[in-house]
Amino acid sequence: MSDGPAVIGKAATVANFQEAPPRISEWKRFRRVFFGRGMVVVGSLILLCVFLTAIFAPWLAPYDPYKPGVGNPLEKPSKRHLLGTDNLGRDQLSRLIFGARTAILVGFVSVIIAAVIGITLGIAAGYSRGPANPLIMRLMDALMCFPNILLALVIAAILGGSIVNVIVALTVALIPTYARVACGLTLSVREYDYVLASRLMGFGNFYIMFRHVLPNVFPPIMVLVTLQLGAAILAEAGLSFLGIGIEPPGAAWGAMVSDGYQYMMSNPVLSLAPGLAIMLTGFAFNMVGDGLRDAVDPRLRGLL
Amino acid sequence: MTKYIGQRLVQALLTLILITLIVFFMMRLLPGDPLLIYLGQRAELHDMTDEALEELRKEFGLDKPIMVQYVNWVAGALRLDLGTSIFYREDVGTLMKERFPITLYLGCIAMAVSTTAGILIGLLAAVRRGAWPDKIISPLTYIGVTIPAFWLGIILIYVFAQKLGWLPVSGFTSPFKDFVQSTRQIILPVICLSAFGVASTARQMRSSMLEVLPQDYIRTAWAKGLSERVIIIKHALKNSLIPVITLIGVGFRVMIGGSVLVETVFAIPGVGRLMVSSIFSQDYVVVQALTLVIAVLVLLINLVIDLFYGWLDPRIRYN
Repeated sequence: MSDGPAVIGKAATVANFQEAPPRISEWKRFRRVFFGRGMVVVGSLILLCVFLTAIFAPWLAPYDPYKPGVGNPLEKPSKRHLLGTDNLGRDQLSRLIFGARTAILVGFVSVIIAAVIGITLGIAAGYSRGPANPLIMRLMDALMCFPNILLALVIAAILGGSIVNVIVALTVALIPTYARVACGLTLSVREYDYVLASRLMGFGNFYIMFRHVLPNVFPPIMVLVTLQLGAAILAEAGLSFLGIGIEPPGAAWGAMVSDGYQYMMSNPVLSLAPGLAIMLTGFAFNMVGDGLRDAVDPRLRGLL
Repeated sequence: MTKYIGQRLVQALLTLILITLIVFFMMRLLPGDPLLIYLGQRAELHDMTDEALEELRKEFGLDKPIMVQYVNWVAGALRLDLGTSIFYREDVGTLMKERFPITLYLGCIAMAVSTTAGILIGLLAAVRRGAWPDKIISPLTYIGVTIPAFWLGIILIYVFAQKLGWLPVSGFTSPFKDFVQSTRQIILPVICLSAFGVASTARQMRSSMLEVLPQDYIRTAWAKGLSERVIIIKHALKNSLIPVITLIGVGFRVMIGGSVLVETVFAIPGVGRLMVSSIFSQDYVVVQALTLVIAVLVLLINLVIDLFYGWLDPRIRYN
């Protein structure tokens, strides 16, 4: 009994010692890992350019992208038209700049809606111990059996090929991935003690799902969102290449590749430039997604 | 293992039922009366009387409740009776019989190329991590994952067919008819179809190899004095291949999707091109049938891979 206070004193020192090491702020650590790789920095810069282009398109574009005859049809690249003109005499550079708007708009809207629906379904499936889990997950399995582009193609074809319908189509095609990842993560989170503690404190399922499960599922999902943005932009390009999506005067990169293809021999830039834009944007989202993954959680490296 | 197989089969059956429901009701989302859409395709049927219309409605079974229509459709699909194309006026099964072998022929070659090339490239990058092979391969795999297949096709046609004249621009010849011409024609499409597969397999291979290499049993193998070749091939490769196998299922799905674009660029008369042309000619019987068959195919391949996976890695079975 006599050595009681001494033990307490020792424990107290240990506790103090453990608190002692200075904590690097999360944000600093994030920045260091994220910007630690050259490729990620390049990707971020490309994305920044694409975003700025999309936002300031009307000010950046030298000509009206929809107005035919600002130059002669099929002009070669020159000082007046840096990327030449298309078969209707529209300035290709201006169309490329406005195409960034279409790509970013379609990509962002479809990915974010898909993420919200997918995460909700995934958390509900993962958290539930009843029939909701197999039901939701089998539905997701079924949707996953359709190749993305095929599903989007069929949906867009059924609903009609407007830009809104392309967004709907891509959203449906992207939902299952989120649901799967969210479900998997929820299955592990729900076993943690703090979830049990919260339940013992009398909180309801919805509160626990929103307050405890969602924040823990979120970081990896953010990585997925970034990667999916690249995939969505690629898919949109594929659809518009096939002629489904934005209506004629509008500018979409995929459609520009397809239109320029006929004049490949005389003016390859018409088709090459928009293709390069698609690839660089996809590449940048992938790089940034990878950087995020390493920064958010090094253990997830190579898993998503 | 039996329990695992049973579970997987039940799951697959459930998924299959959901697939049929999705395909059937997706087509019913079409605005308007399916009969009138059908009639809109055929000019000679435009001035029909209402009675004749009702007659036709009965003939197609469209007067019955929707669930009965669904059951009839599934029953037909089970008998391999997928309906008649409105545009081609031919049995959909016959249409597919001509086109599926072409898509699958290209697809199998592309799958073989992406798996072997991807594994070898990823292996090289992992073993020489940080050295020049890795420094070249890693950025290339990123490009391979994000390059649009249709654009890659256009560039390849431009360079190798139009500028250099080494390979034909487009088209498809059966390998049984003219093997040399057929092979020359499929080189570029196969590159387009496998670009994504090679790159993603290589990435997966590299990262799973990097996870295996620091393991204790690899160090033991080194300590035993085994040669690098034996350690990599006999010890490390085997274990790092497991996650790569699941990619084959994903790869098959992506490839079928990609064939829609690649077959359009290269004018290959396969399933992908039939799909696109049917969508534009609003030939919904064909679209419905193709969507169903493709989804079921993907399901079956994933089932086989899952079972194989469970057999290969006992840890999966007990999870």
